[in-house]
Amino acid sequence: MTVVSVDKDPANRTMTLVAEFDAGVDRVWQVWSDPRRLERWWGPPTYPATVEEHDLVPGGSVTYYMTGPEGDRHRGWWRISAVESPRRLAFEDGFADADGAPVADQPVTAVEVSLTDRPGGGTRMEIRSTFPSTEAMEQMLAMGVAEGFTEAVGQIDAILAEPAVR
Amino acid sequence: MAVDAPRVLSGSEVRADQVFHALADATRRDIVALVLQGEHSVSDLARRYPMSFAAVQKHVTVLERAGLVTKRRHGREQRVSGRVETLRHARGLLDRLEAVWRGRVERIDDLLAEPATHSTDPAARPPAGITRTDTEGAPT
Repeated sequence: MTVVSVDKDPANRTMTLVAEFDAGVDRVWQVWSDPRRLERWWGPPTYPATVEEHDLVPGGSVTYYMTGPEGDRHRGWWRISAVESPRRLAFEDGFADADGAPVADQPVTAVEVSLTDRPGGGTRMEIRSTFPSTEAMEQMLAMGVAEGFTEAVGQIDAILAEPAVR
Repeated sequence: MAVDAPRVLSGSEVRADQVFHALADATRRDIVALVLQGEHSVSDLARRYPMSFAAVQKHVTVLERAGLVTKRRHGREQRVSGRVETLRHARGLLDRLEAVWRGRVERIDDLLAEPATHSTDPAARPPAGITRTDTEGAPT
């Protein structure tokens, strides 16, 4: 199991996911710091990401687009708020219009990544994703679906098949 | 009840904001927990909380609008019961974010399983030695 814990806090609109990898911190950092590696995992296989700008410095930005099955492009951007190579990265993640300009009235999530050494080897990666508002959360997730995050569907079906929540 | 089945990807999503707003309040969460276990009248609920009947009724209205509870008339009473499927839908939204990140983590894992030197054009690498900075006002 790679994902070791997921904590979802609807009241604070935050999801915290912890994953563990056998690779060391430096190698895990590269999946974020190397645009060619980043684009191999950011988008789902049906909507692969292409990273254009990639400037991991505070105030810097990353711009990317995801290409859908019909050739449709969906642009996004990160604005970097903190970088402590190779252990910490914080950024805002938002949507952009066709020209790559941030769309003002669309939701932005704050993402915090931290990498720590796992006792006995390997890396622990913690991702904290926070929505600024419930509207943003809903909108973002609706768009996530539009961008083809369809692997979620199977999971939701499983959740809905569970017994009722208390 | 259950006319709009909890299809998370359907139009029922428009309610999500109301759902989270409704659940952001402790009294309302408590009411939901209660009425999910069984029907309660509004006056019964009002006795449980140190607030007026009108205030409790207002909470119930917020919950009803969010689709979390339903109200029905029983004689002179208004009875409230919980709607399980809406709650599941709210949870489903965060679950979906989780699924997005689980997919990403899986792909990172695949990537890391490749030989270390594979597939990266050194020219495309970002400059080494990214500047270390003090983060500005970022709580840890």
